[in-house]
Amino acid sequence: MFAPDIILAAVLNGLMTGSVYALIALGLTLVYGVLHIINFAHGAMLTAAMFAVYVAQTMLGIDPYVALVPITLLFFALGYGVQRFLIGPASHGEDRNILLVTLGLSIVIENAMLSIFRSDTRSIDVPYAFESIDLGFTFLALPRVAAFGVALLVALLLGLLLTATDTGRAIRAVAREKTGAALAGIDVAHIYAVTFGLGAACVAIAACLLMPTFYVTPRAGNAFVLVAFTIVVLGGMGSIPGALLGALFIGVVESLCGLFFGESLGQIGIFLIFILVLLVRPTGLFGARA
Amino acid sequence: MTDQSEIKTASRAGLSRRTVLAGSAAGSAAIAMPGVLRAQAPVVKIGILQPVTGALAYDGQQGQIGAEAAIKAINDAGGIKSMGGAKLQMVFGDARSTPEGGTAEVERMQEQGVVGIVGGFASPICLAASQAAARYDLPYIVDVGVADSIVTRGLKNTFRFGPGFGMVTKTALANLAKLNEDAGKPAKTVVLVHEDGLFGSGLAKLMQAELPKLGFEILDTIAHPTPTRDMSNVALQIRAKNPDLVIPSSYYGEFALLARTMQQQRIRPKGIYAVLNGAASNYRFVKEFNEAAQFVMDCNHWHDPRKPVAEALRKQVEASGKFWTYNIPLNYSCVGLLADAIERAGSSDKAKVTEALAASTYAGHIMPYGPTKFTNGQNEGGAPVNTQVQGNDIKVIFPSDFADAKPVFPRPA
Repeated sequence: MFAPDIILAAVLNGLMTGSVYALIALGLTLVYGVLHIINFAHGAMLTAAMFAVYVAQTMLGIDPYVALVPITLLFFALGYGVQRFLIGPASHGEDRNILLVTLGLSIVIENAMLSIFRSDTRSIDVPYAFESIDLGFTFLALPRVAAFGVALLVALLLGLLLTATDTGRAIRAVAREKTGAALAGIDVAHIYAVTFGLGAACVAIAACLLMPTFYVTPRAGNAFVLVAFTIVVLGGMGSIPGALLGALFIGVVESLCGLFFGESLGQIGIFLIFILVLLVRPTGLFGARA
Repeated sequence: MTDQSEIKTASRAGLSRRTVLAGSAAGSAAIAMPGVLRAQAPVVKIGILQPVTGALAYDGQQGQIGAEAAIKAINDAGGIKSMGGAKLQMVFGDARSTPEGGTAEVERMQEQGVVGIVGGFASPICLAASQAAARYDLPYIVDVGVADSIVTRGLKNTFRFGPGFGMVTKTALANLAKLNEDAGKPAKTVVLVHEDGLFGSGLAKLMQAELPKLGFEILDTIAHPTPTRDMSNVALQIRAKNPDLVIPSSYYGEFALLARTMQQQRIRPKGIYAVLNGAASNYRFVKEFNEAAQFVMDCNHWHDPRKPVAEALRKQVEASGKFWTYNIPLNYSCVGLLADAIERAGSSDKAKVTEALAASTYAGHIMPYGPTKFTNGQNEGGAPVNTQVQGNDIKVIFPSDFADAKPVFPRPA
């Protein structure tokens, strides 16, 4: 049996990891909730963003936290463009086509990364990578605390954007009733692209927060994206608070299961919880009422 | 290859027209005997199997560098002389980091007519790929794959040039006991951290049996998957147990993450003594995590720093902007071993090459071993060395007859 301070430390670690999951899941849940598609390229987009952070830091000397703003804007633009000029036209409005297009896109991105960067494990060296906050019973790595704070802030801003802005209202309208929204004068293709852009922006932020403590390979994003899918379904598809709370919850479950049953079994906890929630509440924790 | 071109190439090799025609006719009639024809071909195809995509891609690429360098060196030196200077031609296969991927590539290589296969890297890939090769009596040389089960299945086609983990663990433990004794026995307690696959689990099991006999108390054994997104919990448990020594056996990414997390959590045991660790004898780790890497020891494969060819190869690899890892000299040597066997067999007949490998006394390699001597497919001469990260370099600290530094243990506070 573990001492209470170790369990508490594990819970805190779970929250920190969960906050990064949250950022990845937020992007996914937006795309899922509005476009009604599973974006198979989400993991590859995360990898691409991590490489962007790597290039910014190693070649241009830009700190990942400084790079956060330009890389997020860049990925918003890329996401917008990809949806507007690639996924939208190529899918001809068919959901199953969109699935295949995003799957193809993920393969293209992964292999492009592989050919440019080879499959070396790469990491960046920032002066604060080893800074920690001493809580007495444990140390919290500073970059992870920063990730936690920013994830909460992003979730809050995204929630505000969806509820308090015209664009947000348009996104929600399109998510609810595409044809109705179009009849009301909303440019559906534009809103789809904005949503996809926001999804990409979220993974860009996640990448900036991850890189000071994590490493990147052409497949690095995949390690996170399956969990993010689980979180999206668990939290309720398209729900911002669901993605945030679901991610934090999953982070803690994974951490505690890892502690008690061994690291290798940590992920089993995620899927057990997932199955349980689906049995009891098929729409997810914060899912929209049928 | 058409019959016509076979005739041309064989004629170039100086054979009589009648022999060629007879051989050609036999080849056309009996597909099961293409070896007869290839024996006269000016190229000898060898399979290089590495995981160059997927989770183990970095190791696979490093292995590929070594194999390609060896093929080039052998061809530049005149190829296989007993076969009229036949050049080695690489048939490369990407095992995609999975046993299934490895098996599929073995099938493809067999179809393309390779004489033998070198590589595999990870134990599960080597186990599956060598088994697949056995179906065709195709010689298979394991480059790394340390699980002992690879050479204890009685497969006649499978040869491992390097030491298996039985041997590595035995050496590692003997060296650890000596290291601890020389330092006045500062270390008494140990936490084992290992990846949960065939390699890490098997190693941990051996350690658990042997360490107590040497007077060490094992406080905990922590398994983790590959890839792992976060090592905080592992670090937490290490902190809670507060061991004198941490013995990790993982692949590169996970060990780098662990070392980094341990540093963030201010966990400083008296020593980190890795066994067959992907990072502790890797210059990338030393460069990118210099502070976390300091004084980390490893018992692993390593080239012989006394051999000029090894040092020249290292310089060449570093000059091309790549990091030097043990996969490079191991694959370089394994390709040399296969080429030597083909040379002595004087033929690309698989059975003859297998026979030549089994009787091999190959000494042209760049590892710190003597001439090869295979017993049930295991090179009895293969042995690991101990390395330690000191400053910006990786030094050999054991065995002392070619060590280039003294061990620093316990780690300075």
